[in-house]
Amino acid sequence: MSDLPRRDPRQEWIARNRLHPRHAEVLLATGQGAASEWWGPGGLVRRNPHAVGFVGPNGVKRIDRSGTQQGAGGGGATTPAAERKPLVEIEAPAFMVAVVPDMAGGRLSGHDRDLLGLARQLADADPAARGAVVAVVFGPHKEANFGEAGIDRLLHLDSPEVAGYAPEARLGALIMAEESWVPRHWLLPDSKLDGGELGRRLAARLGERPATGVWQAEADAEVATGWHCTARGAAGSLDIRRPLPRLALALAECAEPVSETRHAAAELALPQPLPSTLSRIQDLGQVSVDPSGVALSEAEFILSAGNGVKDWPGFHHAAEVLGATEGASRVAVDDGFMARDRQVGATGTWVTARVYVAVGISGAIQHLQGIQTCDKVVAINMDPGCDMIKRADLAVIGDSTQILEALVTLVAQAREEKRDAA
Amino acid sequence: MQPESAMTPGLEVTVLVSVGRHPLTGRARRADQDARGVELARSLANAQVRLLHAGMRDESSEAALRGYLGMGFTELSLLEQPEGADVLPALAEALDAMSPHLVIAGERAERGEGSGLLPYLLAERLGWPLVSGLAAVESVEEGMATLLQALPRGQRRRLKVRLPVIVTVDDAAPAPRQSAYGPARRGAFETAAGPVSDDEQWAAWQVQPARQRPKRLKIVKAASARDRFKAAAAKAEGGSGQVLTDVTPTQGAEAILTLLREEDVLR
Ligand SMILES: Cc1cc2nc3c(=O)[nH]c(=O)nc-3n(C[C@H](O)[C@H](O)[C@H](O)COP(=O)(O)OP(=O)(O)OC[C@H]3O[C@@H](n4cnc5c(N)ncnc54)[C@H](O)[C@@H]3O)c2cc1C
Repeated sequence: MSDLPRRDPRQEWIARNRLHPRHAEVLLATGQGAASEWWGPGGLVRRNPHAVGFVGPNGVKRIDRSGTQQGAGGGGATTPAAERKPLVEIEAPAFMVAVVPDMAGGRLSGHDRDLLGLARQLADADPAARGAVVAVVFGPHKEANFGEAGIDRLLHLDSPEVAGYAPEARLGALIMAEESWVPRHWLLPDSKLDGGELGRRLAARLGERPATGVWQAEADAEVATGWHCTARGAAGSLDIRRPLPRLALALAECAEPVSETRHAAAELALPQPLPSTLSRIQDLGQVSVDPSGVALSEAEFILSAGNGVKDWPGFHHAAEVLGATEGASRVAVDDGFMARDRQVGATGTWVTARVYVAVGISGAIQHLQGIQTCDKVVAINMDPGCDMIKRADLAVIGDSTQILEALVTLVAQAREEKRDAA
Repeated sequence: MQPESAMTPGLEVTVLVSVGRHPLTGRARRADQDARGVELARSLANAQVRLLHAGMRDESSEAALRGYLGMGFTELSLLEQPEGADVLPALAEALDAMSPHLVIAGERAERGEGSGLLPYLLAERLGWPLVSGLAAVESVEEGMATLLQALPRGQRRRLKVRLPVIVTVDDAAPAPRQSAYGPARRGAFETAAGPVSDDEQWAAWQVQPARQRPKRLKIVKAASARDRFKAAAAKAEGGSGQVLTDVTPTQGAEAILTLLREEDVLR
């Protein structure tokens, strides 16, 4: 008997009438929360703007009309953007497109992503017979989102033979991949080392004439491979239009990176273990170079000083201990604490550092322009509201002198322990 | 004093030189990286350096090649080739005959396809190891060469390799000396004919002066007007960063140190 659904027209009416004094109470009882949208008796959608939105930072109520937020509770957890992208799985690929990303710093670089975008174009050209993009990654990496970059299959080789500078062992691995899957296309970044070098070695070994410096590829039914490409030649002074060969070394921005789909990035393994070849080139490791001698525009790690640095000898000492190249804001330069060639920003140098530590820099737009391409920005500042904090990946609020001192002590300690352990 | 070369067998070095192209005027000149290679060879102690060029001989290329002679050489070996020929067979044959210990080349040519493939093909053909992007040769001892390779961001890597080896020179190698006019005039070309093979593919391609690459547009893929507006009006992006307030200097320093370690910039 109690299982029968019973309607209570009065309750329903109160629930619809948001001006009724018992409205909220009834909604709560019927478990609807504060309904923000319901079908009215006349078949119209009724909305209650009081039940939606949130109180903004200035105490003013804001309504987010993007559709991500609904009802009083914010509509529950919204799915992260990555999950909303459709997952594309290619079970039985018609062919393979092999890509060897550079993985500078252990992550896919912008150049790698552009190349993967090109690989996707090549793989997806014919919807009836789609290919799979295979990425060959050497050594340890920190990349979590291979799938979002458009990779269907991932061949991760992490044995000691291919670690460090081992072009011959890596070439051996690529040759094995070639024999196992015979990719229709090989794509490598035409970068200074890594891709550019490995690609040329592979070309010489396979006896393929590659296209180098490719910056554009377009479908063309008249050529054998189905694609035409435009490549730079003669130190960048010529454009060569030619059919796209099997092996191509492409420049950055050769295609748009993949952004609308997710791919499986399923693990793949070589059928046999790598042959242990005797390397004729022995890697003796990186040589320590004097960081102050490195040009600011190509330094990897910059410690930059602004008006908030009070203890200059301490700052120089910190840069030395950390092994960072020194940079400065315009104020620090104008005040005579730093040399003019150390200025970062619109009227100084545009830096490309992977890690940029801004000490006591407020983040004026002229300064932020100069650090646009930096990967990770760390800010040390007293003012939690300044623009540099908004740009920073990690911000520490506090006095620059003390924090730098603490940092130097920690690094020195860690080195000491290492020496004791060794 | 007895010259040292009489006692120890000298290191035989061959530098492959090409005709360069001035980036602005387009006139023939000595190619920048090749000239750096010659300079590198000149800086090696106890080395016998030979210059080798394969290509056409005409007025402008001769003037450019004399630029290398002016760096202190009396002769340059020239393998005559018609225009547009593939110089690989000729060079490979000549190097096989000379069998030097060290072959130095530039990374890529300033004319023609400029693919930078030649050293790799030579290495594959001769079966020698190849080291690319050299900044310096540190030492050559007992058949082993210690080399400094230029990495991006001003970094260097030390490599050891058994001779004979082919190396290519990076822009980070020492700048070449000026070419002296007198030796450049007096220097001689030692011409030889080599095997000729035509490059048919190159002739079939469409080649034109490089045009400016289109600038990539910032495409905002947004589902709603609000997202598009946000993307257009965004100032300094981010906001996802971690902000540490009310921490002791040591805690702050620890957080920074962790990030520096993660990014692997501390040595
Ligand atoms: C045409 C033009 C071009 C310019 N070009 C450039 C350029 O190329 N590069 C450039 O850098 N600037 C440039 N500027 C100047 C720029 O606008 C700013 O004035 C400048 O960047 C500010 O430098 P700052 O952040 O070091 O100093 P401030 O703005 O004074 O910031 C100092 C910061 O340090 C913090 N601070 C103070 N004491 C401490 C402490 N003890 N510990 C920690 N933090 C502390 C403060 O909270 C503040 O955030 C240009 C300006 C113009 C008009």
